[in-house]
Amino acid sequence: MKVTLSILRYDPEKDIKPVRKDYTIEAEPTDRILDCLDKVKWQHDGSLAYRRSCSHGICGSDAMMINGKNQLACQILVQDFKKKYIKIDPLPGLPIIKDLIVDMTGFFQKYDIVKPYLISKDLPPPKERLQSQEERALIDEAVNCILCGACTASCPSLWTNENYIGPAALLKAYRFIYDSRDGADNERLDIIDTQDGLWRCHTIFNCVEVCPKEINITWHLSQLKKKCALREF
Amino acid sequence: MIHKYDLVIVGAGLAGLRAAVETSKYSDVAVISKLFPTRSHSGAAQGGIAAALGNEESDKIEWHIFDTVKGSDYLGDQNAIEMMINEAPEVIYELEHMGVPFSRTKEGRIAQRKFGGHTKEVIGEDGKITRKPVLRACYSADRTGHVILHTLYEQCVKQNVRFFSEYFTLSLILQDDICRGIVAFNLLDGEIHIFHSKAVMFGTGGYGRAYKITSNAYANSGDGVAIAYRAGIPLEDMEFVQFHPTGLYPLGILVTEGARGEGGYLKNKDGERFMKNYAPTVMELAPRDMVTRSIQTEINEGRGIDGKDYVNLDLTHLGAAKLKERLPEITGFAKTYAGIDPVTQPIPILPTAHYSMGGIPTDVYGNVCKDEKGNLVKGFYAAGECACISVHGANRLGTNSLLDAVVHGRRTGKALVKYLKETDFMPLPDDTGKNDKAYFQKMYKETGTENADSIRIILKSEMTKKCGVFRNETDLKEILEIVHQLRERFKNVNLSGKGKVFNTELMEIIELGNLLEFSEVIILGALARTECRGAHWRIDHPKRDDENWLKHTFAFKTDKGTELKYRPVIITNYQPQERKY
Repeated sequence: MKVTLSILRYDPEKDIKPVRKDYTIEAEPTDRILDCLDKVKWQHDGSLAYRRSCSHGICGSDAMMINGKNQLACQILVQDFKKKYIKIDPLPGLPIIKDLIVDMTGFFQKYDIVKPYLISKDLPPPKERLQSQEERALIDEAVNCILCGACTASCPSLWTNENYIGPAALLKAYRFIYDSRDGADNERLDIIDTQDGLWRCHTIFNCVEVCPKEINITWHLSQLKKKCALREF
Repeated sequence: MIHKYDLVIVGAGLAGLRAAVETSKYSDVAVISKLFPTRSHSGAAQGGIAAALGNEESDKIEWHIFDTVKGSDYLGDQNAIEMMINEAPEVIYELEHMGVPFSRTKEGRIAQRKFGGHTKEVIGEDGKITRKPVLRACYSADRTGHVILHTLYEQCVKQNVRFFSEYFTLSLILQDDICRGIVAFNLLDGEIHIFHSKAVMFGTGGYGRAYKITSNAYANSGDGVAIAYRAGIPLEDMEFVQFHPTGLYPLGILVTEGARGEGGYLKNKDGERFMKNYAPTVMELAPRDMVTRSIQTEINEGRGIDGKDYVNLDLTHLGAAKLKERLPEITGFAKTYAGIDPVTQPIPILPTAHYSMGGIPTDVYGNVCKDEKGNLVKGFYAAGECACISVHGANRLGTNSLLDAVVHGRRTGKALVKYLKETDFMPLPDDTGKNDKAYFQKMYKETGTENADSIRIILKSEMTKKCGVFRNETDLKEILEIVHQLRERFKNVNLSGKGKVFNTELMEIIELGNLLEFSEVIILGALARTECRGAHWRIDHPKRDDENWLKHTFAFKTDKGTELKYRPVIITNYQPQERKY
């Protein structure tokens, strides 16, 4: 069948601002949008730029806005769309470098801020630390995050305030604060218990809507808010 | 631009990051990757990482060693296998201490599951010893690679490791058998950078992208392997390419062996669990090469589902709760890409190019070998899938790859710490980067006549057809000729977009050049090896031939083309036996 991709193109070496261009290709209903982008690149315009790697939703490279929703191009198929005119834009709220490639530097700087690594106050035992299945279940969803950026780029709080740390970094903070093996709750809560931290989340739920790993991010952030509110100083 | 670091690590998967964690405490380290580190393909590993921890049932290091030797079809070097398996429990505990969120047993220990070819000894009532599948694969649901990759990246953030993400490595700087750095280009602006270092370590991953049906990421174009080969380093055992039995039909996306470890069945069009005809004692949990050949035989003999090129992986008897807890990721894949719900419907699967047993030859400390005699290149190291030590021989067991990457990333890191302390920077040759710059100039200036996509399509589909699960001389000679033609065409390949910023078209062309470079080596190794061993199956030479072929292939790039030499397998305790399950 014929599918038209309407792609927001931007070449920093030529364009003053992004321009939309349409490309019509032959595709199978089961083709991924990523396959369609490949067809555009390989058959129409080699200069089209986008990130990709694993092509099945685990590396987190190819988050982009497809028909107005942030999603992974490799995780959505042609047959998922009724109309075969599909709009493709880069992730919103992040600076465009070229075509569908956005600058993720700020996104990862915010990730670094929350001390995204296990901080244990005890010396490890000779074997593994014990962790009950119930304790492990608390971080079950949070460890699935692939850092694709779909959530943070979908958040209106970020669009209006670029200093907002964003859902992905906050989810990472949750992942460690709720890990029974970690001992740095307060250090991390101090970092996120701020105006531009956790409290900039206005429970809009856009992050939950777009997360390709179906993580209920807002719920996790609410747990953190509760923890902050109940904190004794 | 010239950068100076004690150590340059190329590749940010499990091997590269584990080495970075080890070395960055003591040295100035740069990690260079064409992707952002957490995008590396180690993250796609699903089922587990092997170690005889005995958390779920009793297990022994010796059993794990024997299984790995037997799984390798006796081509693995037994000294290297023993070292790796002995270190396995300690590296797993270390990963746990770093924060890897393993799934847990009721007692709170690391959970373990069954995997193909991993067995325990069971003494029957008649006193006879048989081997049954054992719970050995440490896992985190079906996202084991993902959680280890992220944890190692987190440790690197903690240690302030310097990353050069989205830098594409072009060549090694090597003179007088001493490595002095690498040349890379920055995707962001197309500029060529020179990284001057005392040592270089490659953890650049495998080469499965040479095949059409593959579980591998776009990034797995074997760049490191091709770069080393061009620099005059031999490649070892390249003909051994693992085809994973269960790729999701038709794309070949990986469906973890853990699905069978948890009790999944393989069924043909008659609903028959056909593995009983091929590996009666372990059934679906035979090693990958055997299961793959069994599936391919069923398909070739017309027992695929509806006459098509797939069989079924049936998980419907496992129940929704188990699938949700243990196999959530593949349940999601099956829904997204095949439109089926594994709770109620079988998953259509076919063999898919998955793992590269061959690669850059190294000793057990990651030192790269210059030749088949064991002479070393100074300052050049490799670990993980791009390296060949060889611990996997002719066929890797599932969950031994993450183990290999972490154990050897760590051990190579330790060796590097010592090397860097004892070594000074060697001067850069005058012509450093000259060839790469000239190539870029040519690509930007000239208009080629050949389309990269058409070359790539032919290479990948023909490699799958003619150098795949079953091989024979006629097919191999044909594909060799095809690759020669494609290499000729590639000389005139066209770069249509001449921009500097994120010129991913240029990157893909260089990757295609790499695919073409090593594909020829795979084919030549396969053509020469007139036997069946592990993943290399010659239907025109249907027996394993220990007398002539219990040896590793070393392929050298020479002016006259590829020259093949050989090195005997290292055998310590286990004499080759017939391989039956």
